[in-house]
Amino acid sequence: MSKSVHSKADMEALVRKYSAFALLILMLLVNVVVTPNFFSTGTLWNIIRQTCTIILTGMGMTMVISTGGIDISVGAVMALSGIVAAKMLPFGVLPAVLVALIACAVSGAIAGFMIGTLKVQPMVVTLALMIGVRGVAQVMNDAKIFNITGTNAEAFKKLGTAKIFGAVPVQIIVIVVAVAVTWFILEKMILGRHIQAVGDNPKSSALAGISSAKTLMFVYVFCAVMAGLAGIFETAKIGAADGNSLGLLAELDAIAAVAVGGTSMSGGRAKVWGTVIGAVIMQLITVMVNMNNITYEYAQVFKAIIIILAVYIQREKNA
Amino acid sequence: MKGVDFSVREGEVHALMGENGAGKSTLIKVLTGIYPKSGGQIFFDGKEINPRTVQEAQEVGISTIYQELNLVPFQTVYENMFLGREIRNRFGALDRKKMILECEAILKDLGIQADVTRPLSAYGTAVQQMVAIGRAISVNAKLVIMDEPTSSLDTKEVQVLFRVIRRLKEKNIAVIFISHRLDEIFEICEQVTILRDGELAGQVSVDEIDQLQLIACMIGKEARQLERKKEGYHLQDASVLTQMKDIQQGTRLNGIGIEIKKGEVLGLAGLLGSGRTELAKVLFGATQPDSGEIFWMGQKKKFSTPADAIKAEMGFCTEDRKVEGIIPHLSVRENMTIALLPRISKCGVISKKKQVEVVDRYIKSLGIKTPNQNQPIRTLSGGNQQKVLLARWMCMNPKLIIMDEPTRGIDVGAKAEIEDLIQELSSNGISILMISSEIAELERNCDRVVVMREGKKMGELSGDDIRQDTVMKMIAGGEAHE
Repeated sequence: MSKSVHSKADMEALVRKYSAFALLILMLLVNVVVTPNFFSTGTLWNIIRQTCTIILTGMGMTMVISTGGIDISVGAVMALSGIVAAKMLPFGVLPAVLVALIACAVSGAIAGFMIGTLKVQPMVVTLALMIGVRGVAQVMNDAKIFNITGTNAEAFKKLGTAKIFGAVPVQIIVIVVAVAVTWFILEKMILGRHIQAVGDNPKSSALAGISSAKTLMFVYVFCAVMAGLAGIFETAKIGAADGNSLGLLAELDAIAAVAVGGTSMSGGRAKVWGTVIGAVIMQLITVMVNMNNITYEYAQVFKAIIIILAVYIQREKNA
Repeated sequence: MKGVDFSVREGEVHALMGENGAGKSTLIKVLTGIYPKSGGQIFFDGKEINPRTVQEAQEVGISTIYQELNLVPFQTVYENMFLGREIRNRFGALDRKKMILECEAILKDLGIQADVTRPLSAYGTAVQQMVAIGRAISVNAKLVIMDEPTSSLDTKEVQVLFRVIRRLKEKNIAVIFISHRLDEIFEICEQVTILRDGELAGQVSVDEIDQLQLIACMIGKEARQLERKKEGYHLQDASVLTQMKDIQQGTRLNGIGIEIKKGEVLGLAGLLGSGRTELAKVLFGATQPDSGEIFWMGQKKKFSTPADAIKAEMGFCTEDRKVEGIIPHLSVRENMTIALLPRISKCGVISKKKQVEVVDRYIKSLGIKTPNQNQPIRTLSGGNQQKVLLARWMCMNPKLIIMDEPTRGIDVGAKAEIEDLIQELSSNGISILMISSEIAELERNCDRVVVMREGKKMGELSGDDIRQDTVMKMIAGGEAHE
């Protein structure tokens, strides 16, 4: 009797653990059946190019959410970084990218300071930043689209369009590096332990000598820099920076990817691979809808269903 | 809770006493319908009642004033008074005028003068409590339960509260009064019921008992002959590790000082709320004192955060494992090494090999029962969690470990193991500050015991002079020597 109860609990744990992966397989299978030409390298490159943004922002968001926080300023920070990079291009590609990332880091530092040191709620702080930073991005180019032309323009655009071996999109490198760095920090470094400890039980963490102020400062700066990178690659891909629409609602995609990936919204457990899978699932839905000539709005409904399903499966009883 | 009988008469102020976990709050929660009872009956006003919710309890006439008042601070006093049962005029709109008048009348009746149109948050805790009491009376409560009402009041405010309680008595309203301050019990209460480990330890009239008997009844006394693990006191000449002088913190710590020698097990005795944990938290840098000095290895030190104290080679096993000890979803390994990490890593990268080694060693030497190192700590039993937390500090090779109620909520076997561990640590030259409500435990393990009461040091015993009776006498007060 007790044994069967036990194995049932184990079963549930197993389902919870692999639910994101199972959903991914399911999405692949569905696509194989319904989507024409799904198994072509073109589709694969497409998916890689397009998931770049969600994965980058998702990595930052995974960290933020595992501290028990949230960052909804991600999209606005993307816009800021796009505009700053575009404006700074005449000084060279590298300086432009660096200045853009520093601008993003400042936004992240403001969030980190307000949340970690002043103990203001993450939702409120990043809401203010979401509005304010988007405003700054718009003001910088009078709310107009900035087409990237002139000096260094072509070199910059390569960041979004270059192909390795003439075929593989350059985004693959960005994705691999971002995931590897995030995984390394969370799994191998002291910082990663501190991030999860602060998210899991802030009181115990403080009494074990962990400074939540420093930890949160790092996490929000990291999230903003990741968003900044996403903004730069997105801008380079499109060839124009638009303060109004760049990164709009990107934070929601990132949060969705994290949620589907199984990172607990209440903090404490970071699932880097889960977020990667979550991001790919989100992208597969878009691909499926696009390649079957279904209107885009349906994709939103599908995404909603998947998010609810994933979070339902992973919910922890008596948590 | 095991078969407790408890009765309160009309217009009686009845004290309910007991240490943490004795079952006071459980009893109250059963009475007010928060917890269901698994057996027994409740009679109120001669009729059997069976409240299933707080509202139902309120309807029959039982109101509770909680430690954290469940009022709405930003609404006005009168709105709070009538929250959820607002007076309406014949059009169904709020009749503010009537509410204000009635609210004033209720408070005046209690001897409180306040502008009822100001927000509740404009007033101090005492007035807020009066509003809560006024609310209880105005719903025709016949029994008001006060759960540690004085814990956040100063002396003057306590007197105001007592005046109100006496007023309630005149109105023939009964009061159940929960407090850890003995003086208050003797000042205001007539009857006292004492619980211990979920059982009734006594119900007597306050006139027939003195403080010492009351304490003895609360704490209980182990019948068997105690075997002290130490003989005599040999640490007269040992070097002093740390010294706290004239520590003052709000009303909780009133100029207390202690010193701990190298390799000494110093016990802190006292009732709940006597300032034991507060003192330990000041030493560990978790809270800051208003005034006072701390010396560490002969030098004046200021520990602003626990991280500072850990750097000085201190460790702190907290009283509440769940809230302040474990990091529940992290593994046994991560929990054990969370403070050690900087020492077993290079450039912030953890050496997994060293980590596994350390954890393996302590799992073996402390006999921690866990399937493997990766097990989330929350799935372990209380005793094993406690061992992991002890190992968290032991692996740091500290100079001092503070242990707040180290054997609470763990089984007898693990208790004995932890007590042995304390002896082993101290014989290796590690000092231990041990806080315990079980005086027998202090008698068995400590070289020296400091007795606290209301944030002050009542006395000190060392070596074979540490005896339960003496400690209890000191807690009861009267002879504050030294």
